[in-house]
Amino acid sequence: MDVQDVPQDGNATLGGHRKAVYARGAGGAIVAVESAGWEAEEIVTLQAVDVFDAYAKAARARVLAGLSSPLEYWMYARRMDIATFAQSCGVWRWRIRRHFRPAVFARLSPKQLSRYAAALGVSPETLRALP
Amino acid sequence: MSAEFKHRHAAHCESGTVANLLNHHGLPIGEPMAFGLGGGLSFAYLPFVRIQEMPLIAYRVPPRAIIRGVRKSLGVHFRIERFSSMAAGEARLDALLDQGQVVGLQTSVYWLPYFPEDMRFHFNAHNLVVYGREGDEYLISDPVGEHPVRCHRDDLNRARFAKGMLAPKGTLYFPTAVPGRDIAPKAIRQAIHRVAWSMLAPLPIFGAGGIRGLARSLGRMDRSRPDSLRLVGHIVRMQEEIGTGGAGFRFLYAAFLQEAARPAERPALGEFAERLMDIGDAWRAFALAAARMVKGRDSFDPPALAEHLFALAAAEKGFFAELKATVS
Repeated sequence: MDVQDVPQDGNATLGGHRKAVYARGAGGAIVAVESAGWEAEEIVTLQAVDVFDAYAKAARARVLAGLSSPLEYWMYARRMDIATFAQSCGVWRWRIRRHFRPAVFARLSPKQLSRYAAALGVSPETLRALP
Repeated sequence: MSAEFKHRHAAHCESGTVANLLNHHGLPIGEPMAFGLGGGLSFAYLPFVRIQEMPLIAYRVPPRAIIRGVRKSLGVHFRIERFSSMAAGEARLDALLDQGQVVGLQTSVYWLPYFPEDMRFHFNAHNLVVYGREGDEYLISDPVGEHPVRCHRDDLNRARFAKGMLAPKGTLYFPTAVPGRDIAPKAIRQAIHRVAWSMLAPLPIFGAGGIRGLARSLGRMDRSRPDSLRLVGHIVRMQEEIGTGGAGFRFLYAAFLQEAARPAERPALGEFAERLMDIGDAWRAFALAAARMVKGRDSFDPPALAEHLFALAAAEKGFFAELKATVS
């Protein structure tokens, strides 16, 4: 890639930031150049973001239908799958899945609730409901 | 209460952090040289390791390998500390900053509020430099950012003590003994040899073999499954989006080879740099073709993508075999 070919597509996913990429400059020296992004990157980043947004949206619908607890919504809203969440809070996956049941979730001890809340970076009160 | 620190923008967090720390300690070294001496280039495809539902695909060595490689090649000594509690890690960082020390940290990406929202994923091996503190705000030089930033104590603590895979456990590091600027030609050649050797490993998960392994998986992929397109996008993200300097670190490594030709006493490395730039361009062509399919502009054609990767595997196999012979 030559310096003048470095994409400057202004990716929305970069939030106005620029990144450094390496390209061949005049005289053949390979140097770091600022790039405002490449559309190919934007496409795949948005795809990854959308996966978790879709999970969170589906979880929200399940919570509203009384089929799941806000815990599941908050997990996906924090871009975690159940494996990542289990590692983050140190709770076994099957226990977390059990706590997705609204009736079980409603009876959670304050201690367990604050453990989840800490891993998700929200307050226990916030965790009790959908935003 | 902040040391003089020169922020320099880098493509990759670990090579950028190491290079900037060494510069601060009087060893003039650029990101490409740090990346190359650290033996940063690699390829790994581990379909049995799942991260956020996706297989592990990496164009680089595992976290901390660059620091280790630089330590070995340059004879720099780094002091590395981990902490069992957040309070201890926080106190130690503050104490070091009060002494005027500039400190490298391992953190999660997700919990750093200054990161663009769409780039915040749960990756726990991000590297950055803290060069000072003002009240409850840390002064941060994040090498993948254009400019220095500030981060509140609570946010940085959360990022340093995020749990899960590659949990940073508050890891901080700083060089304690930095030798002169002369780099032994043999050390550079050995660092190149290590990379070439690993790229030629006879396994379907590492190096050129790993690229072939990924190509085979793509070729066999069931295009009707929704996960299939997600995997294709995931490959491109690992290659381009995750701070690689373009083409999955190939351009960055080419910059290193070009710079290394003289100090390694191997003028031919300049031509290898050119060849690797061309291989990088082929990786970019693959990424573009893949992204167009993800977006739905082209019809989804896994065998066509697999062909790209088979060609790349063959190109890298030939390239690294010759490179290895040159530095042996």
